[in-house]
Amino acid sequence: MSVDRRTFLKGAAVAAAAGAAEVQAAHPAPEPPSDAVGMLYDATLCIGCKTCVVACREANGLKPVTPDWTDGLWDAPPGLDEHTKNVIELYREGDEQSYVKRQCMHCVDPGCVAACPVKALEKRKFGIVTWDGDRCIGCRYCQVACPYEVPKFEWESPVPKIVKCELCLHRIEEGGQPACCEVCPRGAIIYGTRKELLAEAKRRIAAKPDLYVQKVYGEHDGGGTQVLYVSHVPFEKLGLPVLGERGAAAATRSVQGTIYKGFVAPVALYAILAGVIIRNRRSGGGEA
Amino acid sequence: MARRERDVAVDGSLDRRDFLKVCTMAAAAVGLPASVAVKFVEAAEQGLKPSVIWLHGQECTGCTESLLRTSRPGLAELILDLISLDYHETLFAAAGHQIEAALQQAMEANAGKYVMVVEGSIPVKDGGIYCKIGGKTMLDLVHEVAERAGAIVAIGSCASWGGVQSTPPNPTGATGLPEVLEGKTVVTIPGCPANPYNFLGTVLQYVVLGTLPKLDGKNRPVMAYGTTIHEHCPRRAHFDAGRFARQFGDEGHRQGYCLYYLGCKGPQTHANCSVLHFGEVGTWPIGNGHPCIGCTEARIGFKTAIHDTVEIERPTPPDSYPPVEEVRHGIGPAAAGIAGLVGGALVGAGYMAAKKAVEAAPDDEEA
Repeated sequence: MSVDRRTFLKGAAVAAAAGAAEVQAAHPAPEPPSDAVGMLYDATLCIGCKTCVVACREANGLKPVTPDWTDGLWDAPPGLDEHTKNVIELYREGDEQSYVKRQCMHCVDPGCVAACPVKALEKRKFGIVTWDGDRCIGCRYCQVACPYEVPKFEWESPVPKIVKCELCLHRIEEGGQPACCEVCPRGAIIYGTRKELLAEAKRRIAAKPDLYVQKVYGEHDGGGTQVLYVSHVPFEKLGLPVLGERGAAAATRSVQGTIYKGFVAPVALYAILAGVIIRNRRSGGGEA
Repeated sequence: MARRERDVAVDGSLDRRDFLKVCTMAAAAVGLPASVAVKFVEAAEQGLKPSVIWLHGQECTGCTESLLRTSRPGLAELILDLISLDYHETLFAAAGHQIEAALQQAMEANAGKYVMVVEGSIPVKDGGIYCKIGGKTMLDLVHEVAERAGAIVAIGSCASWGGVQSTPPNPTGATGLPEVLEGKTVVTIPGCPANPYNFLGTVLQYVVLGTLPKLDGKNRPVMAYGTTIHEHCPRRAHFDAGRFARQFGDEGHRQGYCLYYLGCKGPQTHANCSVLHFGEVGTWPIGNGHPCIGCTEARIGFKTAIHDTVEIERPTPPDSYPPVEEVRHGIGPAAAGIAGLVGGALVGAGYMAAKKAVEAAPDDEEA
């Protein structure tokens, strides 16, 4: 062999290191699409009337969820589930209290989209993350990949779907807006372009700095989301995770980009293995 | 006396203002715009009052009684000023051959234009012999009157779908008007008794605009039967909060809590009782503390036991919330530890297996 083992290993290590450095630069966090729409939820305005929950059911043809304790009387989903794309939860600790609306965040760089091996979930029109039933293979990677635990799976259906908020795309396409935004009696959830909503969120915070937490959740969190939150209680208490500015999807891309960059690492790995085998054969052959 | 007043009013020599007021009230009561009241006055001034023929079948006259108690407009204004009530067995002064002649006359004079109102069910068993008026069976009579009617209205649950006497075993074959007049549009105003304002609204709209209100799948005006009683029930907040009366006279019952567990059929009963009271007594069954019996619904009224509960047609959220659940923040230390153990075990097992394979190989060759 013209290259001895030592030299080869050295070369492989250098190539891998160089690849890793390059990848960080080659995978910048994506910007929100130019036509990105979204919603702004203001926890200080929400009165927990759940009109949005009812409207979401109607707009999306979802059946009510009546757990045993309700005796069939109420639609009381314990959280997001395969029949519930939108739910109001309550945070209460001592005197501190807030409602929080939960639905898909429509991430700028969604984990579910990165994880989906068949592009069933993708950012399509208006940056809305939609699910394509014709592509889905039911692997449920999206469920694991979502930092907000949003996509739900129809466990009881023989032809299960992934269920999550799609921002009422069918209504937006007809010139409407998401059902929850349309019916909210307090304007606690409003619809608009992400740009407008971000400006409005900042305006509200600036106007009442004593009331609001000095941050718009979703501006940068997890790479940014198209559904934004402003609140009077810390966001992590509302169940919005601390994610950092780089989303899980970006991290995945870095790792995968590094490993598979120019296909160097796999080739190097198999070359090493081949080297080991050849070496073993030679020594083994000598013994026999 | 009232008729003379009306005549004077229309002639313009007396109080046109009062007459206009009545018309506006009538229009408003049934959800028609005030402009319709003017049209109405104009129509009345031209003497174009609609002819109404009112037939009674198997019934208790409760619907007529409730109509007698309307105050917006009052009965006198209604039957003397707004409509021309040409045949009504209860309200007519005449009787016998005289009244039957009036019926024939009204049908001749207003053929194709009159409003036919039926109160009570029609017995169809044994050729309809269980209800006869003036020697004719009710069955023949409704067919005869319906033939030349401009609009047909069934008032009350009996006329709409059979009512209490249609409850099994239904010995007389009591049947609702829509079933008897199959193929004809019969507006049904169910209720026991029917809300007279729903009836007036329908009749006045036909009279003034020549149209019928939008109807649902059971030919009930949507304006009145579009939502369930539950939807606008004054006790609804108690339902949402889970506060129920469990027994007549218990603490919850006295507090005015929801009557669902006492058998209230409100969640399945389409009617506007909870928002438009009638009888002019200022209250209604649920207001009095009695559960709704579902009298407007053929499936429920007099068929489901009064104190049996029904399913909620469209459940909505209760007055409580799921708590904020902590969303997982990546891989926890415990999970990482377990993953490490499993990985280590696999590597170890692999190593041992490889070692065994190498040790076993020379033996194979020897064998």
